[in-house]
Amino acid sequence: MPVFYGTEIASPLMLGTAQYPSPAILAEAFRASGAGIATVSLRREAGGGQDFLRLMEELGVPLLPNTAGCHSAREAITTARMARELLGTDWIKLEVIGHTDLLAPDVFQLVEAARALTEDGFKVFPYCTEDLSVCGRLLDAGCEVLMPWGAPIGSGLGLSNPHGLKALRAAFPDVPLVVDAGIGLPSHAAAAMELGFDAVLLNTAVAKAGDPAAMARAMAQAAEAGRAAFLADPMEPREMAVPSTPVIGKAFLS
Amino acid sequence: MKLTINGEPREIEAATVAEALAALDMAEARVATALNGAFVPAAARDATPVTPGDALEIVAPMQGG
Repeated sequence: MPVFYGTEIASPLMLGTAQYPSPAILAEAFRASGAGIATVSLRREAGGGQDFLRLMEELGVPLLPNTAGCHSAREAITTARMARELLGTDWIKLEVIGHTDLLAPDVFQLVEAARALTEDGFKVFPYCTEDLSVCGRLLDAGCEVLMPWGAPIGSGLGLSNPHGLKALRAAFPDVPLVVDAGIGLPSHAAAAMELGFDAVLLNTAVAKAGDPAAMARAMAQAAEAGRAAFLADPMEPREMAVPSTPVIGKAFLS
Repeated sequence: MKLTINGEPREIEAATVAEALAALDMAEARVATALNGAFVPAAARDATPVTPGDALEIVAPMQGG
């Protein structure tokens, strides 16, 4: 099971808490999947925050607060500090958005915020791209986990750049890696895990499914299958057919 | 005095962040605060003055991805 900053997580599935049809269905999705981490946001309190927090605490899943919607390092750092006080965790999913349409990370401000937060004692989970240089800078800034996108947030497109994700795995063999965003189907989750990723983080694919709890369970099973396949050392693909049944001993019949 | 609370103009009687929360009936709520974009830790709310025109953000954990 994945280990982040010295803490082992119960499942390679990390699940968001937004967009479910109801709090009861959200809870059912977490129970059905056994998701190891739940992401939450901070938003202006208009009466609903207290009930939501109680629900999440009843579920007992470790919480990873995010800085979703922040467009500058300064905003993200302030949000992280508020989250730490509210939730009593030094974990932060660091999002600094640079492009609104794609919700693409602003990697320059991301590195700046990651450094400042690490110096302030945070354990940073950066939502990043699969760019090797950017990821290297994030590690230099003190991050001990990287969370590159598979595809834009909420798109459900799967892994846009499997080669880049594979290269990232090869470049940083000892760093926990999570595909965060873009996963739409269990096959996408399994594909990420087969590349050697340690976990997947998704939300919309479960929350917007017709049966969120069933989809959450399918995602967990896919992530676990993908992980098991990676550890089992898959065969190398070949261009041409190679008979699996022995040729020797075949009866001569023509 | 006039304060902007979570983006809305409000007229409340308060000299500090703690008093502003109390005036909004949120003294006991699990919330975090920022004044004019700067985090105000819970322990500093009593000692952090508010002045007319200040923007106070009051946030809580919510659904997120």
